[in-house]
Amino acid sequence: MNYIFYGLIVFSIIIGATNGRLQEVVNSILLGAELSVKVAFSLIGIMAFWLGIMKIAEKSGLVEFISKLIKPVTKKLFNEIPENSPAIGDIAMSVSANALGLTNAATPIGIKAMEELQKHNKDKSTASNAMCMFLAMNTAGFQLIPATVIAVLIGIGYKNPTEIIAPTLLVTTIAFISAIILAKVFEKFWTPQKENGGDE
Amino acid sequence: MFQAIMNFLSLWALPAIIILILTVGLAKKVPLYETFTDGAKDGFKVAVNIIPYLVAIIVGISMFRASGAIEMLGNACSGILTALKIPAEVLPVMIVRPLSGSAALGVFSDIAHTLGPDDYATKLSAVMIGSSETTFYVLAVYFGAIGISKIRYALLVGLLADFIGIAAAVLVCHCMF
Repeated sequence: MNYIFYGLIVFSIIIGATNGRLQEVVNSILLGAELSVKVAFSLIGIMAFWLGIMKIAEKSGLVEFISKLIKPVTKKLFNEIPENSPAIGDIAMSVSANALGLTNAATPIGIKAMEELQKHNKDKSTASNAMCMFLAMNTAGFQLIPATVIAVLIGIGYKNPTEIIAPTLLVTTIAFISAIILAKVFEKFWTPQKENGGDE
Repeated sequence: MFQAIMNFLSLWALPAIIILILTVGLAKKVPLYETFTDGAKDGFKVAVNIIPYLVAIIVGISMFRASGAIEMLGNACSGILTALKIPAEVLPVMIVRPLSGSAALGVFSDIAHTLGPDDYATKLSAVMIGSSETTFYVLAVYFGAIGISKIRYALLVGLLADFIGIAAAVLVCHCMF
């Protein structure tokens, strides 16, 4: 992450200078910083709402019920996490919310899942295998209905916007499965999680 | 018919989940109001926790976008694209997608409006946008919320999966449209 951070910033400044866009690059620092705080603050309310709802789901045993339901799958993917941990149920709910295109619900629930995974993590500053697996599933962005894209297509007068659903579903499934396989493969070859390091 | 079902599903998914959770909670005699407010009080903390991580990622990415590096990358790749029969317009979508969700959607709307609904580039970029996620943002938010700075192979896996998704989108669209 150190190299990525350094590279992103220094590379942008050098490229910006050679393109004669140094001023824009400098301005973008302020704009980017402002945007980050806006994004974070816009999350507060919805985050509070879903954390509240999820607490109810947890206390009523609903999260545990879902964990049990998908146990055969999660046992293989998250083998370090105890079967009865609320993390499993949270992960399932977050992935389903993402699949349904409910981003507003998926992010808070996903963060809650990360907090539960952190409880099982030995080194609190380094990502565990389970976290990497969960985020691989997340960054692959599995989605059943690409609602935003369809909205744009309807906006330009696309006659049959739903014809986009089948190919999207096929592609998103391929990406989702490859992400899971990749995460499993890297888990074996990367520096073990207990030692400090592993992040290049 | 299919479209009506889809619309119904997207409209009712959220309300149905909320009703289900609250009803099960009530049936199991969970003190709903206290439990809700108890869980919700963490909302502010989590949002504030992710700010440093978001600033690092979003500032880096907006600098990258402002520098013109994306256009340069586009020129460098144009040869490969023509060989693979990918319209040049789609390239910014591929590059921007893992970096910024709103920017990718902006590029896509632009393509859709200028080229129109029947263009192959519109369909291809629609599939690409719909089938992927903003990898950098997801990693910053999720790891940031719990204070993890050593992310090991998470970014590599995310980007590789994005790449596989792009390749799959090109292949599938080539066969279908």
